[in-house]
Amino acid sequence: MPEVPQFTKIQELIYELPIERVMKKNVITVSPETSILELKETLRINRISGAPVLDNGRLVGIISIEDLLKALLEGDLHSPVRKRMTTHPITVLEKESVVEAVKKFSQHKVGRLLVVNEQGDLVGILTGGDITRGLLEAISLDYHAEEVRRYRASHIFEDIVSDQTSLLLKYKVQAHDFKSGGTASSKLKRALERLGCAPDTVRRVAISAYEAEMNLIIHADQGGEVIAELRPERIRLTFVDRGPGIPDVEKALSPGFSTAPNWIRELGFGAGMGLNNIKRCADSMKLESKVGHGTRLEIIIYLRPELGEEFNPLKRNPQESS
Amino acid sequence: MISLKEVAEKLKIEPVSSASSLDRPIAGGYASDLLSCAMKGAKKDYLWVTLQSHLNVVAVASLSGLAGVIMTEGNQPDAETLSKAESEGVVLLVTPRTTFSIVGELASLGVRGD
Repeated sequence: MPEVPQFTKIQELIYELPIERVMKKNVITVSPETSILELKETLRINRISGAPVLDNGRLVGIISIEDLLKALLEGDLHSPVRKRMTTHPITVLEKESVVEAVKKFSQHKVGRLLVVNEQGDLVGILTGGDITRGLLEAISLDYHAEEVRRYRASHIFEDIVSDQTSLLLKYKVQAHDFKSGGTASSKLKRALERLGCAPDTVRRVAISAYEAEMNLIIHADQGGEVIAELRPERIRLTFVDRGPGIPDVEKALSPGFSTAPNWIRELGFGAGMGLNNIKRCADSMKLESKVGHGTRLEIIIYLRPELGEEFNPLKRNPQESS
Repeated sequence: MISLKEVAEKLKIEPVSSASSLDRPIAGGYASDLLSCAMKGAKKDYLWVTLQSHLNVVAVASLSGLAGVIMTEGNQPDAETLSKAESEGVVLLVTPRTTFSIVGELASLGVRGD
């Protein structure tokens, strides 16, 4: 899991981060009348490989160490920068996203881009290294935020002392809202990951929650609720609705039995496998229903301390913790 | 293990979402148009081949941690499905060919089912 989402994270960041967040703001500039000799000193003292050329605050060009070397080879030490600079330097806007800069770097094969505001004033300078550094910082901030969330969540059962602590998560499910199908299950999955559940437990909860959530969407005419009660040793999922109710619970549990209408089957639902899937994932399952009143499905999934699931109270044993 | 990228190249099918996650390895394959069956049979890092192209395919793929989904017979996901797939990091690939012929090629590339 860690590698794959990070690719997307970098991509996201390239589009999200504005150039102004990664550029260098203190730009060393020279004037068109600066001599090549003076330029050499400016570059050496500041350890930079090029500088924008400003004429009374207006950007007129850029001069690089390559230009300087050529001038030195030709012995042209006293001519002004104006003669040697590249006019029409390649610029990017400060508000544009980093991806625009990446495009310009690969199009123009230049070492640095000048950053300007909407009025065309020079506000910063950008190299490939600045982009790398900016992205790494942004990723580590993001990564750190998720780490903190995970840490806080996974210690809730240790930090809050009672004779019995449980955490109740409730999600509402709207009738016939196919577009949101899986939303409650996804949120629950994320919560369990943060709490430090083992991947196998997360998967079993996700599958059973999804199947039951879809049942509420397809069948419950007023929608329903998904309630997850988390204790240090187990997860109890309860799915409740207020109708229509199941006429024959035993039949409903038999594999392949479905009452879903055709249009729902065409979407790939209504295979008659939902409750079976849930049963397969759960350590225990209880289904109660009354026609005209509603249905209540309750399943229990035990945590597996042997898989290192961290919200197990065993963790609190000083011999167990590291 | 063969990667999603190699499969996409060999089968000449283009990803339509989350192309950045194309480096994922494929642990196995699964084919069905029934979502509950996919929930059961398609395991983590599996490639799922189906006719379905609606929003809930993304939910199943994301909840089960699938490597990707190939939508067959030219069934195109709509804009909402695509944007959901993008935000969940689910790779969707679209092909005009049938499930049967895609699965046949996957098998010859060494992708195994259970």
